[in-house]
Amino acid sequence: MAVDADGAVAAPEPGSLDGHPDPRAELIQLLTPEGERADHPDYPLDLTTDEIKALYRDLVIVRRIDTEAIALQRQGELGIWASLLGQEAAQVGSGRALSPRDMAFPTYREHGVAWCRGLDPTKLLALFRGVSHGGWDPADHNFHLYTIVIGAQTLHATGYAMGIQRDGLVGENGEAAIVYFGDGATSQGDVNEAFIWASVFNAPVVFFCQNNQWAISEPLERQSRIPLYQRASGFGFPGVQVDGNDVFACLAVTRKAMQAARDGQGPTLIEAYTYRMGAHTTTDDPTRYRLASELESWKLKDPVERVKAYLVRTGSADAAFFDEIEAEATQVGRRIRKACLEMPDPAPLSMFENVYAEPTALLREEREQYAAYLDSFVPEEAAQ
Amino acid sequence: MTTLTLSKAINEGLRKALEDDPKVVVMGEDVGQLGGVFRVTDGLQKDFGESRVVDTPLAESGIVGTAIGLALRGYRPVCEIQFDGFVFPAFDQIVSQLAKMRMRSQGRAAVPVTIRIPFGGGIGAVEHHSESPEALFAHTAGLRVVACSGPADAYTMIQQSIHCDDPVIFFEPKRRYWDKAEVDTAAGLAGALPLEAARTVAEGTDVTVLAYGPMVRTCMEAAVAARDDGRALEVIDLRSLSPLDLGAIVASVRRTGRCVVVHEAPVTGGIGAEIAARVTEACFYQLEAPVLRVGGFSTPYPPSRLEDHYLPDLDRVLDAVDRTFAY
Repeated sequence: MAVDADGAVAAPEPGSLDGHPDPRAELIQLLTPEGERADHPDYPLDLTTDEIKALYRDLVIVRRIDTEAIALQRQGELGIWASLLGQEAAQVGSGRALSPRDMAFPTYREHGVAWCRGLDPTKLLALFRGVSHGGWDPADHNFHLYTIVIGAQTLHATGYAMGIQRDGLVGENGEAAIVYFGDGATSQGDVNEAFIWASVFNAPVVFFCQNNQWAISEPLERQSRIPLYQRASGFGFPGVQVDGNDVFACLAVTRKAMQAARDGQGPTLIEAYTYRMGAHTTTDDPTRYRLASELESWKLKDPVERVKAYLVRTGSADAAFFDEIEAEATQVGRRIRKACLEMPDPAPLSMFENVYAEPTALLREEREQYAAYLDSFVPEEAAQ
Repeated sequence: MTTLTLSKAINEGLRKALEDDPKVVVMGEDVGQLGGVFRVTDGLQKDFGESRVVDTPLAESGIVGTAIGLALRGYRPVCEIQFDGFVFPAFDQIVSQLAKMRMRSQGRAAVPVTIRIPFGGGIGAVEHHSESPEALFAHTAGLRVVACSGPADAYTMIQQSIHCDDPVIFFEPKRRYWDKAEVDTAAGLAGALPLEAARTVAEGTDVTVLAYGPMVRTCMEAAVAARDDGRALEVIDLRSLSPLDLGAIVASVRRTGRCVVVHEAPVTGGIGAEIAARVTEACFYQLEAPVLRVGGFSTPYPPSRLEDHYLPDLDRVLDAVDRTFAY
């Protein structure tokens, strides 16, 4: 650490690790950016060609959903959209590592996990269009509602995992929870509290941190002086860093952590080292705080392209396959666009619903009064 | 009928809830082995085990946040926040998560969490141990906010809160923990007054005095003293602060024509302000005087050597009653 002549401690230079280990020193990687298979002794992974093709399909489709949503926002059909561009492998790899009975707790950017869990993407569009705050049943796909307050859901997942323990479903035939959050969230008290709870109660929960390098405009250096996965050791559970742009590695690492949680070995922190290739949301302008060259270097590590390169390199897929996936993605894009455009605004009086299990007298009165107020306007046809 | 202190009545209510429903989990700081700093959970961990009566790490947001997760898994957590002034680290989880989960899910996810908070002053405590933050929660749609005032209500209201499918903030008047009264622990909840209903605790014709929690006893004492002046105070224990039982309030004020609201919390932006507005709207032509509020000053809670000046007492209640007759 730099200390000047007056004894004042200087902040580390942005990007410098100031004597700390390389943040990617222990990155688990099973597929290189060039599409070459790598092995890791702790994470053996046997995938059939069909399974790899299925992962590729997921990656392409979730990227297409994202592209379509950005376009819809630009055309005024969505209020805002939080793009997952660049994080497809982290989300699909971890999402496909879950069993149907596992429970996933997302942030607001887990469109790829939502896809893997089987949630209709139009539900996500409804949220960003302003039609609902979510509105899906978490139990339908074991995919909890999007949480917008940063890190709050880590405690929900941990509490849920404590429920799994109380249900006696840890061990053989066990279940576990996984919770998603970003690098910025690791500064939140809730996330640190969740680490403590999960640790001392040995809760079956996996903390999946997508370190996409940026919390809106703030770089990782503003959140941490050490690699994030190393935080886990201070809380007393394993932390592992995985190449977040490598769908194979994300799958293998998450599978292992989830199995450990289900078996009763407690929590794991996974840091998926990735990059937010787009803006924070459609309202953000990353050119104000980061260099174009950074994005260019990450484009070489694209999570979708490397799987394609692998499939081509190994002769596992031909042009017809890629065309077919492209056509399907286009189809999904068209379908969700149509659904979005056809999505009606909710009825005004629906805002009074679901505040409580049963409406209170006050809510009933406000609802009636507002209904009467709306009715007091003379319809246009009648006025003419 | 048994004679119980208020703290023991809540303890018995929690015990009943733990017995009746295996999904009930009591959690908080020091609630297990110690039985809580006020002994409200005394003996529960011994009888129900560590997985149902949980000593948690020392972090209030963690308590409420994990309770939400347990509720999403089908449990009915009862959290204890050790003191009123310690609830704020959990404020985000309560206001942004707990209160909004039902609407966020369009009614598909319920989070029946009860949060017990000992509140109010009068025990000579240090800073942050004497506060009355109820208005902050009553302002938040999606929460129910209740306050018990005596042992009998405490016993049933805690059970009703746990049964309730909405999140409930359950305020306990800490300086009344040692008040004793008869409690019918054999009576079930079926015939009990609904959780959202106010209770008229003294009938009168001259002025309606509204109170809750620790101030109910103060107002009852004021009603006795006022009788000497020939004034009949109607004292209503609000019990539920959100929703308010406006029907009971309005019916009483229409008869008496005068209304005084009493609480320990600062009057600015408080429950009394809300009631004054509602009563004025509903009883404008019956009111003989403006609705008056008796409460804490617009200051932080003072050092305890000054709390007798800050907290409403019998004389300040009677002073307000006198003032309503000056119009």
